[in-house]
Amino acid sequence: MIEMNFNKRLQAASGRMDLKMTIKVQEHTFTTLYGRSGAGKTSTLRILAGLMTPEKGLIIVNDKIWLDTKRKINLPPQQRNIGFVFQDYALFPNMTVLENLQFAASPSQGKKQLDDLIEMMELGTLQDQKPQQLSGGQQQRVALARAIVQKPRILLLDEPLAALDHGVRHKLQQYLLEIHQEYKLTTLLISHDIGEIFKLSHNVIVLNNGEIIKYGTPKEVFVEEEEEMFYLSGEVINIDYHSDVIQLSVLIQQKHFKKITFPKDHPLKLKIGDKIMISSKISNPIIHKIDY
Amino acid sequence: MNWTPIILTFQLAIVTTIILLIIAIPLAYWLANSRSRWKPIIETLVSMPLVLPPTVLGFYFLLVFSPNSGLGYWLNEYFNIKLVFSFAGLVLASVIYSLPFMVQPIQSGLSNLSPSLTEAAYLMGKSKWTTLAKVQLPNIRTSILTGIVLAFAHTIGEFGVVLMIGGSIPGETRVASIAIYDEVEALNYTSAHFYSFVLFLITFCILLLVYLVNGGFINRFWR
Repeated sequence: MIEMNFNKRLQAASGRMDLKMTIKVQEHTFTTLYGRSGAGKTSTLRILAGLMTPEKGLIIVNDKIWLDTKRKINLPPQQRNIGFVFQDYALFPNMTVLENLQFAASPSQGKKQLDDLIEMMELGTLQDQKPQQLSGGQQQRVALARAIVQKPRILLLDEPLAALDHGVRHKLQQYLLEIHQEYKLTTLLISHDIGEIFKLSHNVIVLNNGEIIKYGTPKEVFVEEEEEMFYLSGEVINIDYHSDVIQLSVLIQQKHFKKITFPKDHPLKLKIGDKIMISSKISNPIIHKIDY
Repeated sequence: MNWTPIILTFQLAIVTTIILLIIAIPLAYWLANSRSRWKPIIETLVSMPLVLPPTVLGFYFLLVFSPNSGLGYWLNEYFNIKLVFSFAGLVLASVIYSLPFMVQPIQSGLSNLSPSLTEAAYLMGKSKWTTLAKVQLPNIRTSILTGIVLAFAHTIGEFGVVLMIGGSIPGETRVASIAIYDEVEALNYTSAHFYSFVLFLITFCILLLVYLVNGGFINRFWR
C-alpha cells in the first residue's frame, strides 16, 4: 500500500499553489490522476519518486518509510525502486534500444528476463536502433519496457500516451494492462482521456488546484446516476442553434465525429471546447458537462 | 629550419588541454547543478580571462610566483618548482587563461541536457557518478569537443601571457608565437614566414578535421 500525506508549495502558471495530498493507494491497483494542467499531477508523481521534496509530509510504501520530514528521512530516488515513464520518454540517445534496457537492468539480472520482456513488448526488430530513429509509439514502448526491466513494484506514468495517435494509443493501452497484470504492479497514471481512464483504471483521483476534489472508481467519479448505461466522452467542436433545437458536433475519442441534437431549452449551457460525457439508456441520451 | 618553437607550442597546447579537461568537467558539473550563493562569484572568476588583457594575468602571475615573493620563494626552496620563466609556469598560466573556453561549452551542454535523462538514470538506481559517465557526458560529446578545440586553439594562439611570464628561452618558453615576434623584430622574415605558415597550416588542418567529424561529413562519406 502507498500512503501519501504531504504539502508542497508550487510555483504554477497562475501563481503560488499549495499541493495537498492525502491518499492511500492499495497494492496492485491501477490509479489515474486526472485534472487540468497545473493541478499538481506531475508534482505528485515526482514527489512519490523522490525527484522533488515536499516541505512537510509522510510517504509510507508497504510499511517502509520513504519520506518523513519530521524525522528527516528522505529516501533518494535510487533506493525507491520505481519504474517511471516520462512524458518525453527520456530514452538515452547515446544507447541503442537494447543498451537502454541493459542499462536499466541490475547486474544480477539474467538475460532470460530481458529477452522475455523484449518479446512481450515486440521490440525484437528494434533492438539495435537508436531512440531517435524510432517513431513516437515505438519510443513509448521502449520507455515502458525500460521502466519495468528493474522489476519495480510501482510504475508511474506521466501522461505517456498523450502525444500518440488513436490507433497506437489503443495498442499501448493493451500493453499497459498486460504489464500491470503480469508484473503485479501498483500503477499510477496521468491521463486526460476519460475513455482511457475507464478502460485502464480501478480508481481515479481528480485534482484541482493542488487539492483532491474527487476520488473513486471512474464510474463514481464521472457519472452521477447509478443506472445501466453506456458512456462516451468527447469534446464539443461546434454548436449550431436552430429555431427549436441545438445541434452539437462532438469529437469522441479523437476519432469519431457525431452530431447530437437536443431541445433548445435544455438546462446545460455548453460552449465549444467543453468536455462532455454522453450516457445513454438506449434512446434517451443524457449529457453531462465535465467541469474539471 | 628550427622546429623547436613549433613542437613546444603543441606540447604546451596538448598538456594544457588535458589538464583543462580534467579540471573543467567537475567544475562545469558543479556550476550546472549548484544553487550555492558562491556560484555567481565562481562563474565570474572563470569568465574573467575572456575580458582581461593577458598582460594583467601575466603581471600578477609574475608578482606572485617570482622567487622574490613569499610563495615563489617557498615553492622554489622546498619543491624546487620555478613557475616564472619556465614551461611549468606557462602551463599553469595557460590553464587559467583558457579555463572559460573549456568550462563554458561543457557547462551549457550539461544545463541543456533534458533533466529527465538524469532523473531516469537515478530512478534506475544509478549513482551520480555512473550517470555522469554513462549518460550525461556521452550525450554532450559535441560540447566537450567544442571545449577541447577552443582551449587547444586558444593556447596555440597565446602571446601576451607567454611574453609576460615566459620570456623567450629556447626549448623552454620560446613558443611559435614568440619566435615569430622575435624573428620579425630581427627583420628575419624567412624564419617568421616559416613559423607562421606551419602554424597556419597545422591549426587549419586540426580545426577542419574537427568540424568534419562533428558535422558528420566523415560518417556520411563512408556510408
